[in-house]
This record gives sequence, C-alpha cells and structure tokens, in this order.
Amino acid sequence: MNRREFLQASGVLIVGFNATLRAQTAMSPSLAQVDSWLVIAADGSITAYSGKEELGQGIAVAQQQLVAEELNVPFERVKLIYCDTAQTPDQAHTSGSQSHPANFNHDNLGQAAATAGEALLKLASERLGLPVSQLTAANGSIGNGTRSVSYGQLLGGKKFNLALSTTAKRKPPSAWTVLGKPINNPDLPALVTGQFPFIHNVRVPGMLHGRVVRPPAVGATVISVDESSVSGLPGLIKVVVKKDFIGVVAEKPWQALQAAAKLNVKWTNGKALPAQAAFYDALRKQPARDTMLVDSRNVDASLRGSTATLKATYLHPYQMHGSLASSCAVADVQGSKATLWSATQAVWYQKSTSAAILGLKQENVRVIFARGSGCYGVNGADTVTYDAAVLSQAVGKPVRVQLTRHDEMAFENYGPAYVIDQRAGLDAKGNIAAWDFESWSPTLGGRPGANTPGNVITGALLGFPTPGFTPRSPAPAPGAYANNSNGVPSYLSANNRGTGTIASGRVLTHSVESNFWTGPLRSPARLQNTFAHECFMDELAAHAKADPVEFRRRHLRDPRMLDVLNAAAKAANWAPRPFPRTGLRKSGIVTGRGVACVLYEGDNGYTSIITEAEVNQATGAIKVRRVISANDVGPVSNPMGLRNQVEGGALQGLSRALGEEVTWDEHQITSVDWRTYRSLPVGFDIPVIETVIVNRPDAEAAGAGETSITLIAAALGNAIFDATGARLRQIPFTPERVKAALAAR
Amino acid sequence: MSISLKVNGRMHSLDLDPDTPLLYALSDDLALNGPKFGCGLGQCGACTVLIKGQAVRSCVTTLKAVSGADVTTLEGLGTPEKPHPIQQAFITEQAAQCGFCLNGVILTAKAYLDRNPKATDAQIQQAMSAVLCRCFTSSRMVRAIQRYAKEAK
Repeated sequence: MNRREFLQASGVLIVGFNATLRAQTAMSPSLAQVDSWLVIAADGSITAYSGKEELGQGIAVAQQQLVAEELNVPFERVKLIYCDTAQTPDQAHTSGSQSHPANFNHDNLGQAAATAGEALLKLASERLGLPVSQLTAANGSIGNGTRSVSYGQLLGGKKFNLALSTTAKRKPPSAWTVLGKPINNPDLPALVTGQFPFIHNVRVPGMLHGRVVRPPAVGATVISVDESSVSGLPGLIKVVVKKDFIGVVAEKPWQALQAAAKLNVKWTNGKALPAQAAFYDALRKQPARDTMLVDSRNVDASLRGSTATLKATYLHPYQMHGSLASSCAVADVQGSKATLWSATQAVWYQKSTSAAILGLKQENVRVIFARGSGCYGVNGADTVTYDAAVLSQAVGKPVRVQLTRHDEMAFENYGPAYVIDQRAGLDAKGNIAAWDFESWSPTLGGRPGANTPGNVITGALLGFPTPGFTPRSPAPAPGAYANNSNGVPSYLSANNRGTGTIASGRVLTHSVESNFWTGPLRSPARLQNTFAHECFMDELAAHAKADPVEFRRRHLRDPRMLDVLNAAAKAANWAPRPFPRTGLRKSGIVTGRGVACVLYEGDNGYTSIITEAEVNQATGAIKVRRVISANDVGPVSNPMGLRNQVEGGALQGLSRALGEEVTWDEHQITSVDWRTYRSLPVGFDIPVIETVIVNRPDAEAAGAGETSITLIAAALGNAIFDATGARLRQIPFTPERVKAALAAR
Repeated sequence: MSISLKVNGRMHSLDLDPDTPLLYALSDDLALNGPKFGCGLGQCGACTVLIKGQAVRSCVTTLKAVSGADVTTLEGLGTPEKPHPIQQAFITEQAAQCGFCLNGVILTAKAYLDRNPKATDAQIQQAMSAVLCRCFTSSRMVRAIQRYAKEAK
C-alpha cells in the first residue's frame, strides 16, 4: 500500500488496514528499536515509518531514498508511512528544517536502516553459510554472485528485535546510487489529476460538519449566546458553547456555515489595540523579557574608539502563513476514545493537548496526519483540530471542521513583528570594530507543546492558559553560544564561535507581550534578524566605500560561508565596482544588484543570494529580474527537491518583502482575505532563478527549506540601494515606501 | 429542491439548498477531490471548475446558477495513468510543492489557452494574475503552462 492509498484508505476510515504488518499501538513505537522504523514483509516489500511528515517540502521522497540507499533496493520498493501516533516513532514535530539533520545523520531513520542492513547481512551469512565479507546486497537480495537469498526469505515478515546500533556503518555518499540523484515527486500524477486526498478530503462515514464562531474583537469574551436565533435552521444538529468557544454542528457544510453566520452572540468589547502607525515605537516601551545572546563586554568602548559609527533601525511587520487552504480537520470522538485527522506539524503534541482538551487519557487518542496545503509553520491546522475534537465530542459523531478564510487569517499565530536597532563602528581602515544589536519582538502563544493547548486560539477560548509572559531585565549573562535565531550577525566571532571575525559584539533581545497570536512562520526570527544584519552590513560597506561582496569576505572566517558567497558571486558574474555607485540617475527605471549570506540557524545550511532588481522611480514599483542562490546544505539527498525549495522560498520571500503585512484597527485584525493581505499571484514578473548547489558529501546533512527565504528581503533591499542610493529599512517595500525613500535621498 | 448537474460526463441529481455553492456539492456530495476550498471568496482560484470551457470559481457560484450545466473538474481532464497534456506538462516540469493550488492553476491556464492558443508569455502572466500558489512554485508552473501552450499549437 503506498502513501496515497494509505491516505485514501484513511479517508474512508479503514482503520487497521495494515494489521498484517504492524499492530496499532496506544503509544508510539520506541525510537531505539529497528522495528519501529522498518518492516520487511514476506514478499520483500519494505515499509518505513517516520515521525517526519510531508508538507509539500519534499521530505517524503528524500526519506524513501534514504531507506532505499541503506537497504540496497530500488526507490520504488520503499513505502513510507509517517506521523500516525499509533504507528510511527515520536519525532515531536516536523519543522525548523530539522528533518534532514534528524533522520539523515547519526540517528533515527537512517541509522535504523543501516542497522537493518547489517542484520540482514548477518542473517544471510548464516543462511548461506558464507562469511559476511563475501556477501553483497543488491536489489533486495544478498549473495556472493552465485548463491543469494532475498530479504523476504530472510525475514519473512518477522521482526528484527534489534536496537538501533550506533556503530552500524552508513553508506558513504561516494557509493550512493539512489540518494543524491534527482527524483521526481511520485505524488504528482495524483495531484495534477485531482485524485490526491488532502485533509479536506478525509470522509468518515456518518460525518457531520462543524463551524466555529470566533470573537469579533481581540480579547472579546462571551456574554450570552441566543440559541433561538438559529433554531429550526435546516440540518442544524447542535450549538456548542464552552466558555468562550462557540461552534455549530450541522449535517451539511453549507448548513453549518449559515448557522454560524446567523447565531446571535453577545460579546464584550475586547481590548483596545494600539494604533498601527505608532506600533513599532510602542513595542520599545513595553515590559520586556531580555536575553543577551552575545556580549564581549567591550562594545561601548570599541564604539567610542571607532573612527566612524553607524546607526540604523529596521522594521518588520507581523506576517501570516496565509496557507492557500483554509485549515480543516476531522475528529471522531466516541466515548473515551478519539481519532483525529490533522494537518498539524506535530501529531504527538496534538495528541497530548487534545487529550487534555477532551478530558481523555492520552493513550486513547490517536492522531493521524493528513496533508493540508503548505503551512510554512503553525497555521490554523492545530487550532482547527481542537475545534473538530470539541465539536465531535459534543455530538458523539465524527465532525469535520473547515475554517473560513476570515477565521484562518484573523486568528492564526503570526510570524512576529520586529524592531531592530543596529549600531556598529568602523576603524580607520574601514573594517568593522564593533557591532551592537538590540531587538524588540512581540510574542503570544506559539506551537502547542506537549501541555500547552492554550498556545493557539481554540485552547485559549476553552479556558486553557496561554503560558505566561514574565518580564526580565536586565538580561542574565549569555549562555553557551548558539545562533538558532540568527540574532548574532554572521560577521561576529563571539569567542571564536560563529562565522565572522569581529571580536567586539553585543546582541540583546527584548521579547514583549503580543496582542495577537504568534508562532513559527518559515524562517522564524531568522528572516527578520537576517534582513536587518545583511542590510546593515551593506550600509557599513557603503560607508567604507567597499564592494559588498569583498567587504563580507573581509569579515568572514568560516570557509563554507566564504564558499557559498563566492559561488553566488561567480554565478552572478559579480565584478567589484565602486560602492556606493556615483552619478545615479534620479528618475526613470534603474537597476541594481544586492548580496546577502547567512548560516541558517547558526549550524543548519550555508546560503548566499544575489538579486538583480529594477526600480521604477516614478511609481515605486520593484521588479526583480534575477535571483542567484548558492547553497551548501551538506550532502544533497534529492537535488530536484532542493532546487524546488530554494526557488519557492525565494519567491515566497519576495512576496513577503514586497507586499505582505498584517493590519489592524482599534479592535481587530483587518487583513482577513486576499484583498486585504497582499500575496503575489502565480502570474507576476517572475525573476529568473539560478540555484547553485555546493555539494558537501562528507559534511553533516543540514536543512534546506528555509535558506533562500531568509535572505531574499535583504538582498533585494541592498539591490534597491545599489540602484537608487535609497535605503529601505521597513518591510514590506511597498511602492509608497519606495517613493518615500527615494524622495528622502 | 432537486438540481441536476452533469459532472465529468455523468448526470447527478442533487437534493440541496439551491443557494449552496457549487463547490460544496462537488466536494461533499459528489466526493470529488479536485475542486478545493481555499478562500470561499473567489479570490484564490483553488475551487475552479470548467463550464463551457470557461474557468468558473465554484465557491462563489450557486447551484441554482448552474442548474443543468455541464461541469468539468480536474478529475475530468485525465487520470494518473493517462494525464491530459496540460497535466503532463506539470509533471514534466515538476511544478508543485504541496499541490493544493494545482486545481486552480491548471484549469485557469487551460481555459485561457484553449481560447487563446497564440497567447504570449505576457498574456499568460496576465491570465494567471488572480490565481495563488502560496508555496510559490510559480516559475515551474509558468514553464509548464508555456510548455502546454507550445505543444498544443
């Protein structure tokens, strides 16, 4: 049974479809056992079980390649089942570009396959009476050229009963035949013909349809619900009110939608929101939780001793995931047991938090992942799963809930806004002597953890606490160096950690309480910080009258970072020229180029981007002509998937850089559809994207899904400066902001 | 009230509120996976179907407005084993990430190109300017559309 059939099967509720292979368990199978990850059936077919799911990012194909490679079978021989709490090992969540590091390096799926491969060799040796040294595995059989035995014959549907070995030898990339080759997405024929079942197509017999009624204003609570306002509506089954959670259940989705719209609810006014125009200044003045990431304790003195000091403030708005599909989930809660179909990134957290919400034992809740549209982080998938669970429990029947576009956009966990102050000193030679960074960013809730359903709207409406925010100032001394959020600029050395050369640095962050839900959005914090770092680096280069690529080289010491920077520069035919340019035309359409680079998360993928952009100085319109991207993410599993991710990330980042911004009025979010939240469409002036892969077969596998999106805004801002001499320090670069920056030259 | 509808060549009689959007009938009552709920506002294209060769947004089209119509969904073009040339073009270009938008992208492009077989790249861009792909597989998708346009000529 392949993945598509599995999903289709789950769609008609054939639970226990592969009972011959594997018993359903109340708790997820152990990470330490080979049998948790791999099953070899009597016919020799291989089923792999993973806790890292396919979200559209291509990790399913790469995991199939990994297992096929380590077990010496063709790609097509491996079936993959992922993220079903009753069947697959608990790998927490699929996020943060962590699936490659988790499953392709020294543990988990890759190591399980290598352990299984060695065990099969040993079994074959015993069966054939030949030493392991004379045997090779190929195409699902092991032999010496004359005699061989198949995996099916060796294991015959039995278990390995074997712990993962830390010493099982992995196949070196030089010997790869399946990994490292471009593999097409096997889901595409079903996707392009409309056959592929998404979470929206999960259909359970007897399923009813629910809708939620969300508060009309931020912080509003229920005063009263007039159920008579919907009594007698066709198909209506029940109005469900639990504290501030309100939903309706009906026979048909259209009936549920109408009942939800007609239900008369009195709400409190909620809280007064700060005016958006003054929001960034207000952020600085709130009680904050301070964290010092790096402090060389000499920054003020270094700045005082500098020949020149530069200061700049960068602003980034709240942005949303804006998934194409409004989120959907199906729940079947019957008595003490629940089965939930969810597009969550974290089925195990969904299981424990749903159990808390439903008042059930965790072992009685099963969460089965079904694919939603691309989520890019914590969109509405988690919250709508709670919605479905609560409504199903209330009626004792399976219930499907699909959010409206408004419900999706007004209440998702946004990528947070940022205010970033940058300050740096240059010495007499034009080198950076010290770098001082300070940021303010709002936070509320986030990805539901094992015990925190209140991290998203539904949990909070049901009365579960949103984990508290405790101000803390001053910040304690920095802990061990880590740059997970890319708060530390690439050019700092930080006690010889980090990728740069500048010894004098301070990185201070202030977290403040948000009025809106926040959570991980593709390249969370890393994008905002890198936008500020890489644009400010450009400002420093301009002040030093140094070529931006050469200036970066001067302040970097990590050879892999230098390699991606140089690879991008080479592919873009970047030749040094005076910077900033002189004699720029102040009217008409002008062009420029910009560069940026980063080591994503401080340890998870090197990348550099160069953009070439046009600025229409009359209209303020930006057109990006070319994006050149160089990527070193260690050994590349599937070059096809890597290119697709880099391309998509670059264009998604472009949409966010040019137009996306969450907006609000005195009481509520006002960016609630595609007219009020501006995304680039499929048809726009799409730049030519050139992806250079710097393959590092001997390095650790790193993530690739968030590299290009982290850089594109900075590279574009730098290209606009190169073209016009105007510096844009606020995302998005709307025509109005571009024109204002041009006028201020 | 019963509304009759021909979908992918098969007649159906649907006993539904005539104000029900066509999308709900297709995905809930007829259990089709092709047309999808994206926004319910006619803004993203995910719900697109073909009626008389025109791309119609089924999330904002009532059943009563299309009573008796001949509706083609993405399933009606081709099958995984034998995809329609435009579907094949998307496979050839590997033009998808999550794939949720493909319904709107493929049907909008097909409706436009079938009526405008000599469309220029700029016209294709314009035709796709009200369809969203949030994974931004846009460059591959436009290549697939151009490939279909070229092969259809």
